[in-house]
Amino acid sequence: MLLIACPYCGQRPEVEFSYGGQAHLARPPAPSELTDDEWAAYLYRRDNIRGVQAERWRHLHGCGRFFNALRDTTTDRFLATYRTGEPRPPERA
Amino acid sequence: MQRFSALALLRRGLTAHRSWAPQWRRAQPQAAYDAVICGGGGHGLGTAYYLAAEHGIKRVAVLEKGWIGGGNTGRNTTIIRSNYLFDESAALYDHALKLWESLSQRLNYNVMFSPRGVMMLAHSVHDVQVARRHIHANRANGVDNEWLTPDQARKFCPPLRTAGIRYPVLGAALQRRGGTARHDAVAWGYARAADALGVDIIENCEVTGIHRGTSGAVEAVETSRGLIRTPKVGVAAAGHTSVVMRMAGLELPLESFPLQALVSEPIKPIFPCVVMSNTIHAYISQSDKGELVIGAGTDAYISYTQRGALHISNHALAAICELFPMFRRLRMLRAWGGIVDVTPDRSPIIAKTPVPGLYVNCGWGTGGFKATPGSAHLFAWTIARDEPHPINAPFTLERFRDGHLINEAAAAAVAH
Repeated sequence: MLLIACPYCGQRPEVEFSYGGQAHLARPPAPSELTDDEWAAYLYRRDNIRGVQAERWRHLHGCGRFFNALRDTTTDRFLATYRTGEPRPPERA
Repeated sequence: MQRFSALALLRRGLTAHRSWAPQWRRAQPQAAYDAVICGGGGHGLGTAYYLAAEHGIKRVAVLEKGWIGGGNTGRNTTIIRSNYLFDESAALYDHALKLWESLSQRLNYNVMFSPRGVMMLAHSVHDVQVARRHIHANRANGVDNEWLTPDQARKFCPPLRTAGIRYPVLGAALQRRGGTARHDAVAWGYARAADALGVDIIENCEVTGIHRGTSGAVEAVETSRGLIRTPKVGVAAAGHTSVVMRMAGLELPLESFPLQALVSEPIKPIFPCVVMSNTIHAYISQSDKGELVIGAGTDAYISYTQRGALHISNHALAAICELFPMFRRLRMLRAWGGIVDVTPDRSPIIAKTPVPGLYVNCGWGTGGFKATPGSAHLFAWTIARDEPHPINAPFTLERFRDGHLINEAAAAAVAH
């Protein structure tokens, strides 16, 4: 089971969280101005990275807040967690 | 191809079976092929077989980064059924089921297809209504499915407990033609048959790049074992599809999740069919080795590790113990995970892509094994003719833009 470091509560077990998918997906401010391709890309296209990806988690059975994380999907190791609104941190070797 | 038969076994037995040759060659990658299949699972190997057997395209290579059948083909719970709700899905999965029914004979390889029946349980008024509608839809599409009362369900599967549980069984939908097959066997059967027709099966060969010419069409693949020129590339890479397609500049509507499965210690034959419950989420059957083969839903996050967490498989086992209390003292022997590429509507993509010469077969999510021969047959058709077969024509990449979703996610009504 993953141990996830909620930026507000500290490290808690995976069962307290729900997954929020790929992070930093900005909802387009004017959807009606997009082409069908662009709108479909927002709705459905995902990076699905084999490697380090930025994703959202929600501490559902804790503080209830959403936050972001960098996790390596080839090892499930977390590199960082960071608050919503903060920029994606650089990966350190 | 060394044909298998009782006579062959007898004859070879006289020399203690030392005279058998390998069932497929350890082929060296050539400089060029007429078609390259990226992904050596059941779908990819089957595609290469049908390209050679039905379309006369024999200068084909299957490139597999690991060992053939070592991905999801080697990790599934072996269930075969075609009782999907939508017309397009019923046609697709029943196409596969019909091919399963004669596959052992066709490949001269025992894939152990066992049409023992797949029973899907209903636990609420909603489940009953959905199941009965589903049965009518299946029958209107020529797919067998029938309603069973709780008594009939218990008669069909004696270990099933229908009453006195949190969500009692109010009935079940039974597809008698559904069942199981041996997952490794279908990979090996297709590999052997394809190799016999001249297909090169190349393991330990990871595709690292897709080269496109000035017109934008596919020219070659870069691999860990060298450059291979080809005008046609069929990608059947399951959970790694996003990684591979990005090499050609294409982004797909896929997310790759862990899907776990686990088996019990072997016990005497007790479980006569396949039982699935979407509401109390788990599915179970008994292998010919005697192990109960159990699975349920994916872990919640994207991962390429081929493993998940214990609490997920515990949920599946809790469901199994609820429905089949006689199994609650069994020891679980082995657990593992695969990487399932999931689409937003939980239906696959078997299609041409915007890149000429590049074809993709992906998005089977948690349900690709059952479709193996059908998927392979249709993908070979699409690659050979550069256009889809009528059965896979609806399963496009563009449906997500155009709104023609084939929403089996909603149809399955799996409890979350």
